[in-house]
Amino acid sequence: MTSTTAIQASQIPPALLEKIEEAITHYPVSRRSAALPLMHLWQNHFGFIDESGIEWIAAKLELQPIAILEIVTFYPWFRQTAPGKTIIRVCRTLSCAMAGSYELHDQICKATGIDSEQGHSHGMPTSPDGKFSVEFVECLASCGTAPVCMINNDLVEKVTSADIETIVAQHS
Amino acid sequence: MSTLPAPHPKERRIIFGNVSEQNYAPDLETYLAHGGYNEAKKAFTMKPDEIIAEVKAANLRGRGGAAFPTGVKWGFIRRDDGKPHYLCVNGDESEPGTFKDGVILHQDPHQLLEGIIITCFALNIHLAYIYIRCEFTHAKAILEKAIEEAKVRGFLGKNIFGQGFDLDVYVHEGGGAYICGEETSLLESLEGKRPYPRIKPPYFPAVLGLYMSPTIVNNVETICHVKHILRLGSSEYAKMGTAGDGGTRIMCVSGDVMRPGTYELPVGAVTMGELIFDICGGLRPGRSLKAIIPGGSSSKVLRADEVFKIKKPGADGAMIEQETKLVDLVLDAGSVAAAGSMIGSAAVIVMDDSRNMVWALNNLNQFYAHESCGQCTPCREGVLWMSKVSTRMLAGRGHASDPKMLHTIADNIAGRTICAFGEAASWPTQSFTEKFAEEFATAAAQQ
Repeated sequence: MTSTTAIQASQIPPALLEKIEEAITHYPVSRRSAALPLMHLWQNHFGFIDESGIEWIAAKLELQPIAILEIVTFYPWFRQTAPGKTIIRVCRTLSCAMAGSYELHDQICKATGIDSEQGHSHGMPTSPDGKFSVEFVECLASCGTAPVCMINNDLVEKVTSADIETIVAQHS
Repeated sequence: MSTLPAPHPKERRIIFGNVSEQNYAPDLETYLAHGGYNEAKKAFTMKPDEIIAEVKAANLRGRGGAAFPTGVKWGFIRRDDGKPHYLCVNGDESEPGTFKDGVILHQDPHQLLEGIIITCFALNIHLAYIYIRCEFTHAKAILEKAIEEAKVRGFLGKNIFGQGFDLDVYVHEGGGAYICGEETSLLESLEGKRPYPRIKPPYFPAVLGLYMSPTIVNNVETICHVKHILRLGSSEYAKMGTAGDGGTRIMCVSGDVMRPGTYELPVGAVTMGELIFDICGGLRPGRSLKAIIPGGSSSKVLRADEVFKIKKPGADGAMIEQETKLVDLVLDAGSVAAAGSMIGSAAVIVMDDSRNMVWALNNLNQFYAHESCGQCTPCREGVLWMSKVSTRMLAGRGHASDPKMLHTIADNIAGRTICAFGEAASWPTQSFTEKFAEEFATAAAQQ
């Protein structure tokens, strides 16, 4: 696995390395258990996990790269390409859908210039200007305050159409 | 996450006692001021077997979905088998309709830690993991701060409470996959592998679990209840509930009610009708009840006009069969099971007469189609087929045979997979198409 874009592994700052070493200590029985934690740390820092990241994490945990690649591709949370600057996750599942999350999702896609037909399927399309990635996600465990979405790492509850306008304007 | 409204008179907030208070902070000092860690200290004055016996006698059932008796599960662990034992707390909270564990994880982390300490002492466990869904982006930091505070105070780490007992607790974030709520999938995920559920037998991780060692996997709410069993004593705790289903249960109500939210109720204290029309303020004006999903999206849907035959003890103690309407259905594990569904994660999704059942089922089918892990062929293929069939019905491209086809696909998934996801994905389709047959037939005929 070589790629000209695979450069993350050459740019690991000391602070990230320190967190990685610390995370591995949480798993005294098996280093492999640190796979997900390392992937989280990596993605939180770089925004996504490139090929060099997969190879680096695998080597760090004494695994073949496939052992990391097969979980990067399994979990919806991880991505191998750069997302937009702001990530909006809209809950798609029943209670939120009943409260109008499809309409909110359409509105967000329209406001950010994303094709909503593309967005209704799973995946994380990015707006042409690179400012937003929008993902229609499954249940976010806040059904009592439906509809909900996440703006980057923050949950927003009882989202209204007016909220969407504000959020998109704020992050444009 | 906002503070809970004042409790309804029928509520009894044990698990949510602290978080009900305005300005309750998740730090150690606040928790200690609320009686925190008293039961952890008490546990060390008891024999481990006494604690297990108390949990058994309390009739605590798992709050994650399967409602398995917690004490029985614990009983599978042999304390002195010389093997390492592990505790994995399941905070993956992903069953659609469920939103209770997140409240504890974010707002009362020490209550969970206290439950973990008691559990680990009872089962001779020295390493515990709290597995949380990664969409709870702030929970890891909150929990880790609480763990650090407890360590500094000598409640976690080496020689806790000066009792010569060591216990380390770590937080582990998932990757946004529903399947990881299945306990053996959770273990594979924790081992850093693709989270494919494990082949059974062994049926219980208590036999072979994390790193092939005896492991207890319990839900966040379940572990919190352990503290209150020691605080109240098993008999008072059990008395709050019904036979075989003790304590309180946090009901999560969402959908078409005026006041959706979490309500902590003594098990069996209210009926479905009281929950919806009294506690949750009823439906929107002018609407009538159409259907209820009683225990998370995987539980079978109940129709508003259904009448169930439920066995109850009569005046002479002998069991008699009684006709029970949906609104009169008592909310405990046994009654909801007798009505042909399950209490599950106690996530009640209410649908009024404005709802299209084909649309609702299609929404759930798309969920299961996305979340199947892909390990077993009947599920991997079947959930996609179900999703495609309900999608085309909704788009007016259905065939008259589609409702039957949906049911047949579901029938060929359930019971033919390694884990219970097969059933979880099939029950909605089976129950929706059976109970709303006319609506599905009409939708199938529409072109």
